[in-house]
Formats: sequence, structure tokens, C-alpha cells
Amino acid sequence: MNHRLLPLASRLRRELFATPLDGLISVGLVVGLGAGLQALLHWALTQADWAVVQANSTLLVVGRYPLEQQWRLWLLTALLCGAAGITWGLLRGRGWPRSDRLAAAVLLVLGVVLPASLGLTAPIQQRWWWITGLLLLGRWAAGCWGAALPLRWRRLLPLAWPVLYLLGLGLIGGGLGLMTVRPSQWGGLLLTLIEASFAILVCFPLGIALALGRRSALPLLRWCSTLYIEFIRGAPLITLLFLGQNILGFLLPGGLAPDRVWRAAWILTCFAAAYVAEAVRAGLAALPRGQWEAARSLGLNMAQTLLHVVLPQALRVALPATVGQFITLLQDTTLLSLIGLLDLLGVARAVMANPEFLGRNAEVYLVLAVLFWCCCAALGLGSRALEHRLNRHSLRSEP
Amino acid sequence: MALRQRLLISLAGLFGLALAGCASDEGSLQSQKMALIKGRGELICGVQGTLPGFSSVEGDGSYVGLDVDICRATAAAVLGDPGKVQYRDLNPSERFAALASGEVDLLSRNTTYTLSRDAAGGNGLSFAPVVFYDGQGLMVPKASGITDIKGLSGKPICVETGTTSELNLADRMRELKQPYTPLKFQTSDQTYAAYLQGRCAAVTTDRSQLAAKRTGFPNPGDHVLLPDVISKEPLAPATVNGDPLWSDAVRWTIYALMQAEELGITQANVEAKVSEARANPNLADLRRFLGIEGDFGQQLGLSPDFVVQAIRAVGNYGEVFERNVGSGSVLRLERGLNRSWKSGGLIYAPPFR
Repeated sequence: MNHRLLPLASRLRRELFATPLDGLISVGLVVGLGAGLQALLHWALTQADWAVVQANSTLLVVGRYPLEQQWRLWLLTALLCGAAGITWGLLRGRGWPRSDRLAAAVLLVLGVVLPASLGLTAPIQQRWWWITGLLLLGRWAAGCWGAALPLRWRRLLPLAWPVLYLLGLGLIGGGLGLMTVRPSQWGGLLLTLIEASFAILVCFPLGIALALGRRSALPLLRWCSTLYIEFIRGAPLITLLFLGQNILGFLLPGGLAPDRVWRAAWILTCFAAAYVAEAVRAGLAALPRGQWEAARSLGLNMAQTLLHVVLPQALRVALPATVGQFITLLQDTTLLSLIGLLDLLGVARAVMANPEFLGRNAEVYLVLAVLFWCCCAALGLGSRALEHRLNRHSLRSEP
Repeated sequence: MALRQRLLISLAGLFGLALAGCASDEGSLQSQKMALIKGRGELICGVQGTLPGFSSVEGDGSYVGLDVDICRATAAAVLGDPGKVQYRDLNPSERFAALASGEVDLLSRNTTYTLSRDAAGGNGLSFAPVVFYDGQGLMVPKASGITDIKGLSGKPICVETGTTSELNLADRMRELKQPYTPLKFQTSDQTYAAYLQGRCAAVTTDRSQLAAKRTGFPNPGDHVLLPDVISKEPLAPATVNGDPLWSDAVRWTIYALMQAEELGITQANVEAKVSEARANPNLADLRRFLGIEGDFGQQLGLSPDFVVQAIRAVGNYGEVFERNVGSGSVLRLERGLNRSWKSGGLIYAPPFR
């Protein structure tokens, strides 16, 4: 029987109050949640002083990025949102969650209401409205005319993202006529996202290579990969970060060591790669040996077997664990505040030390929690959608 | 220095142990550090970054605080521009390693000047003059009527565990033969929360910290610092040992700020004082101090007007103090030991001769 067809009252009874114990648990949970929510709202609306967040919002988001260069970040945000909108529009109805109209409506409301309710200044509010508009426009335009585009063009679209990423790094860092903004001036959410995205993007291929190396038939390659993975997994991340910040200066002659922001990014990358390698290895191990043999006997060479037969299947198995690792990686970036980088947590600690806002820790930490939750939820949603898509492919018979 | 020795030293620094004695091979008369800073066009200054009044970040991303002003004054003296500073936030365990490895040129990070940190067999730092005489203090609610440490006999005192504050308190109370109950907490937040809930009669840590925390209390006026100071915490900037020219440049830049207060030169009147000294050849002391005659700057490897540059950047020591931690700030610390020697304090600059 379809539960959705039952009237609300009997559905509630069935799902929440089936037995006395169920009822007790349900009531307890509802009361507990209600009390918690009420206490939180009471605190947020009457006791909290949100001036600390309003006055430091720029600092929290971009750190010490020079004020007169911030148009570059706005431009980048607009580009990213435009590209996201177009991608969204093209993928609509192709294995993506169906409720995207609802998602668009929610986004529209958030885009209009949030900037106003946060008490941002008028020009910044307007910029957010423009950017939300751009995103929805991209979605709408791609939805209307995307299908009319030649298939070859649509195939090229995913390539826009790596190009955009490199362009973004260029925009943030400067050069080629733009004023250079040194990594030491990046901060806040910007630094957290740069570090996390760089580490995620680079550790994935590195992890795959390490996993393949660990299963390689060449003993030296196998030993090296195993040694690397076991060494990294045997050391706490914070130790490696300290190592990078303080030892490299000793080992390399002055000025040769890369900037500490990039040092930290590479260490995060190398650290995560070892864990990704293990996830991918699990995926490889889950694949029946017959897949290899079948592909080889069809006359595919080693590279073709890997690219077209083995990896697509192994990565599908490894995806949930890998995304879990990515989310951990994003959260691990908070360790950067311990080595003196002004990531989101580092900037937050600096904000809380501002004599004007002493004792306003709870407000700042709450905002941090919300920001981190949003980033992690976005990663989680993306991976679930990807899994959904991949699984749909796997159920369909191959042509 | 052999690579192996470097590695050993680095490892020692990494685990927060005392660094092995670092006999320098850079002891020539040329200051490598200063040449490096001038070539780079920027001073890299290690700060705490999250300590109200000493170093913190404003909403617009700029660093402020007493420790920060020392960095700015030094940059002004060496490079002629107080803005040419790159700040590095350092935590307690990495600060000495960062200085030793050359990650920072100057450590201006509320560091207590101690023998083992100064000695070549210890951390081997070279300390600049003390810029803030701190000491462990006690805070009590005003309503309790307690006026000195004797009044705390037999009472519970909140203290953070694992700190020197805990040890100093125990030593002092044993000395006074006074019973007390230490209530120990893992974090400072817990400590102050317990104090505010009335679980202890007093809370103890460095006086500057107590004052800073007090500003975050619901009613800061209801709490007072006792006059007793139970430990010595002289906070001083530090440079790496083995580059005496660089250490001297930092040392005398700081002395210049102290001397300026003694001479009544402020950020506001420094230009007037310069014109006055220029016009009047009889003011020999002032002329030498401001670099109009003599070669003090040259002797230190700095520009002749380094004193003027430093004062223009941050003002004299008194102004730096009042602006960041004194009456001009929310911390409202008394000058106390940090008064000029002429007013009975410990701030004293050797003669500029």
C-alpha cells in the first residue's frame, strides 16, 4: 500500500505513534527539539549581538584581501555563478533531482532575502541580487536553448570548469597586468575554499595514481607507493603541517621555499591523496578479475583497459568514501589556523580578539558553523547527484 | 651549518622542545638580515594575532596592537615605511622555530624574557628591550570586598591547568603560608565562566589578560584587579642570535620610542620638534637624537632620521601604550611598572650618545 495516499492523521499515527514506546520517543524528540530551537532563537534574536559579524563580514569572507582589488573576487563569483547556472540548466532532467524548480525558487528567495536580512550595505546587496539573477538567467537560458546546441559543444562544457578554475586562481593572485595579491593576503572563506578546492582537485588524480601503483606488478613502484601511503597515514596532519611550515625553511635556502599558503595546500593534498588512494584501491579490489581479462582479450591495451573498463567501475565504488574524504579535507583546513594562516577559523579567532568585540565568541562560531555546513552540504549533495547519475548509467544496458 | 645539525634543530623546534644551541656562522659585521629585509622591501614580523591590545585584526584587515606597533616602528626605521610589514601569526610552540629558521625577521609576540630563552644553550634568542612589564594578577568581584591577596585565604581560586599561572599561584600561596582551593580548568573560557558563576572568589592569570577578559564580562565595572603581582612577566620582542647589527637596530628603535616619551616628542609634534632642532644649533642632544647631526643612524646601519621615522609611524612609547592597552583602549590598563623611570616606572632608555 502506498503510505502517501493515507490521510495525514493516520500517516502520523502509523509513522510516529505505532506503539507506546514509539510515541514516547516521538514526543520526547519533539519536545527536546522544540526546546532547543526555542532557546536558540531566543538567544539569536534577543541576546546575541550580531554587530561583530556585520562589521567583520568582509574580513570573514576574504580576509585581508586588498579592498580596491575586491572587484576581481566579485567578477569571479559572477563567472562561477553564471557557469553554475548554465551547467544546471543543461543537466536539468538528466538524472539530476527533479525538484529543481523548487530549488530555483528557494534560491531566488534566499538570494533576495538573505543579503537584505544580513544588514549588508546597499551596493553589496545589489551585487548579490545581480549574481543570483545571473545564476537563474543562466539556468533558464541553458534550459531553453541548451538542447538545441550541437552535441559536440555540450560535450565541451565540462571543460569550462577547469578553465574557470585556473582563470579564478589568476584573478585572485593577479599577474599579467593585474596587481599581484600575495597569498599571505588571502584569508577567510576565500583561503579555506582555495586550499580545499586545490587539495581536492589535485589529490584525486594523485590518489588514483598511488592506488594503481600499490597494485602494480612492478615491485619498486609498489613498494614506493605502499611506503608513501603508510607513512602519510601514520602521521597526524598537524605534524605534517608543522613540518611544512617550519622545517622547509631550514632545509631550503632562503627564498626557495614556496609561499606558506601553497606549502600548506600541497601538504593537505599529499595527505588526502594517501587516503583517496586507499578508497580507490578498495574500488579496484571490488572489481572482478574477469573484467580485466575480458577487456584484455578483446584486444584493448593496458591504458584502454584502465580508462574505459576498470577505472569507471572502480571509481563508482570508491565515490562515497572519496567524497567523505573530501568533506574531511574541507574541515581539516581549520588546522591551518593553528599554523598561523588566516583561514576561516584563523580569521574568526582574530575577529574575536578585536578589543571592540570581546566576548562575542558564540555569534562568530555559529556563523562559522553555518558556513562550513553549507560547504559540506554542497559537496555531499553534489556527490549524491553524481552517484545517482552513475548508477542510472550502470542499470542501463550498454549500447 | 651541517644539514644534519639543521635537521636536528628543526625537529627540536617542531616538537616544541628547547632549540639546540645555534652557533651562528653569520657573525660578520655585515647584517645579512638587514640586507635581506631591505632587498625584500618588507619586514616579516611574527605576532600572536589574537591577543586583544597586543595584536589583533581590525574589520578592514589591518593589524593593530602594541606588539604590532613595534613591528611598524621597526619597519619605519629600517625601510622608511611603517606599512611595509608582513605579519605572520605564530602559535607558542612554533614561534622560536619560525624565528630560528628565518621565517620571520622579528618576533614581536608577547614573549616573556627568560634566561633559557636568551641563553645560547637554550633557545638562543636575542631580546630587545622589554616593551611591556606584565605580571600574574588576581581579579575579584568588587562586591566581595577583598582588597589584597591575604583576603583570599581559604577561598577557592579559578586557574587554568597546565600553565605557569597555576605554578606561580601555588608558589606564592605556599610562601605566604596561606591555604586556598585551586579550581582548575582546561580552557580559559571554562575558567572565566566558572568565575562568573561565582564558583571561586578570584581568577588568576597575567594582568593584561585579566583586563582584556574583563571587558567581555556583562558588567566589567563589577570586577577589580588586586594590586598584588605574583610573578614577573617582562614581554620583549626578540631577534635571532648571531646578527648583532640587526638586533641593535631593533633594540635602539625601541629605545628611541622610550627616549621620545622622556623628551616629550609625540607623533603630533615630531615635525615641529625637527624644525625647532634644525633652527637651533644649541639643542645638541635633540639634534643628535633626531639625526640632524652626528651619525647614530649610520652606526646602526640605518638612515640618519630613523628615530623621526619611527615616531612619525607610531608615536612615543607612552602613546603606543595608551592607544593599545591603556586609557585610549577598551583594556584600560594602568601604566604601573610601564611608566617612564621619571614617574617611578621601569621604562628607561640608555643615553643616545
